Order: sequence, then structure tokens, then C-alpha cells
Amino acid sequence: MLISNMEIVPSKRVVQHLGLVQGSTVRAKHAGRDIMASFKNVFGGELKGYTDLLSESRDEAVARMTEQATALGANAVINVRFSTSSIAAGASEIFVYGTAVIVEDR
Amino acid sequence: MEQLIFVLVMLALGYGFGRLAEQRHYKSIHEREDALRSLLVLPEKTPPPQYLNHNSTLVTGSVVISVDYFKTFVAALRTLVGGRVSSYESLLDRARREAILRMQEEAAAQGAEAVLNLKFETSRIGQNGQQGLGSVEVLAYGTAFIPAAGR
Repeated sequence: MLISNMEIVPSKRVVQHLGLVQGSTVRAKHAGRDIMASFKNVFGGELKGYTDLLSESRDEAVARMTEQATALGANAVINVRFSTSSIAAGASEIFVYGTAVIVEDR
Repeated sequence: MEQLIFVLVMLALGYGFGRLAEQRHYKSIHEREDALRSLLVLPEKTPPPQYLNHNSTLVTGSVVISVDYFKTFVAALRTLVGGRVSSYESLLDRARREAILRMQEEAAAQGAEAVLNLKFETSRIGQNGQQGLGSVEVLAYGTAFIPAAGR
């Protein structure tokens, strides 16, 4: 599965558009991490636990989107966009969407 | 009186450790930026003609950076009089540059020549419904162009 955030795929030609595909996930951090984070808010610096958590959930969202695209019979998702929103204290939603297409070599 | 001492201690801790962390982070950012200078990152939407036969793939880089107590305090004072909140400016600058660097590292690991169509996504990770910044997450993503083998 080819995933790209551009509209054009170099060296490939878009044969068919199959419409919008999307994937999302809502993740919360566990309380231990929250407590560590509030300590970090005094000293500053990177919150590695949160960075890992968010990139895991992003991979999960992309996997869900890819699943949808595969079900449609696509072999590429183009024009992919990410969006993050914190919906409640300690939980955030990761949303990813794109256009499922069929491409072939030019 | 005890509360005042508590705040002063927290400020001193925040100032000391926060400054140290920031200086160290900027040093590593500068070093890695120099090392990755040859990997182009462009916000361009259309690929230049020399990349037209390359393979492409999505690359991402993200980072969550926390404020320190001193920065929060200074920013709270700043909102009284208005103007540039320079303590948060440097925080976001660090986060963005770090996110780009991580994206570049991912692209470089795959042997990419350039990353096009760079997009940013910034979100606030609040702390327990309090006002104030807490920490920020920055995501940088783009399309890496990898030279096709055998061409």
C-alpha cells in the first residue's frame, strides 16, 4: 500500500478514484504517566511516554485507514492529512484521512 | 509564608532545569540540523522534474515537549501586560525543529533525497482541565522521495 500526502504520485498514474477513507483512534494515558508528566511540567523537557503513545496511536489510525482502502480494492492512499484533538482531559483523538485510489506504473 | 517559599523553590527548579534542558536541546538540534542539511525539506506541492521517477512514501516525525514552572510563571505575568510571550516562542520553536529532524531521520533511514509537501500539526495536551499550556505536541509529515533502484 502506497501512502502519500501529495496529490500526484511520481512515476505512477491514477487509474481510478475510490473516494475518502479514514481511520481514527482515541487514546488515554494511564495515571502513572500523567503523574510523571506533571513532574515534568516543573522541570521542562520532552515527555517521551506521550511521544510514544501518540505515535503508536497514529500508526493505529493509519492501519485502520489502510484496512478500509484495502477493502475498497485500492492500492494507494493519496492526499493524506492528520488531525489531532484533545477531547477530554487525558485523552486525545487522532484522525487520519485520505483518498483511496488505484494506481498503475506509467 | 510557606506557600511563598514553595513557589520560589519551584521557580528556581524550573529556571535551572528548564534552562539546562533548553540549552542542551538547542545544541543537539543545531548538530543534527547540520548533519541532515543535504536532505531537502520543501513545502512544495508539485515535485520538481528530476524527482518524477522516484518512489514516494509518507514520513512523519512527532514530539511532545513540556513547559517548565518558570516558563508558565513568566507567561502568566506576560498575559497581564500583553506582548510577545518569548518563553513559549522558544518552546514551540524547539518542538517544530525537533519534529522536522525526526521526520528527516525517518526519511534518511529509507534513503530519501528530499521530503516534499511538508505539513505541520500542532496540538495542546492540557493538564487536568487547568488553564495554561501544559505540553505541546507537534507533528511534521511529508512525502519522502526515494530514488528508484536500477534507473
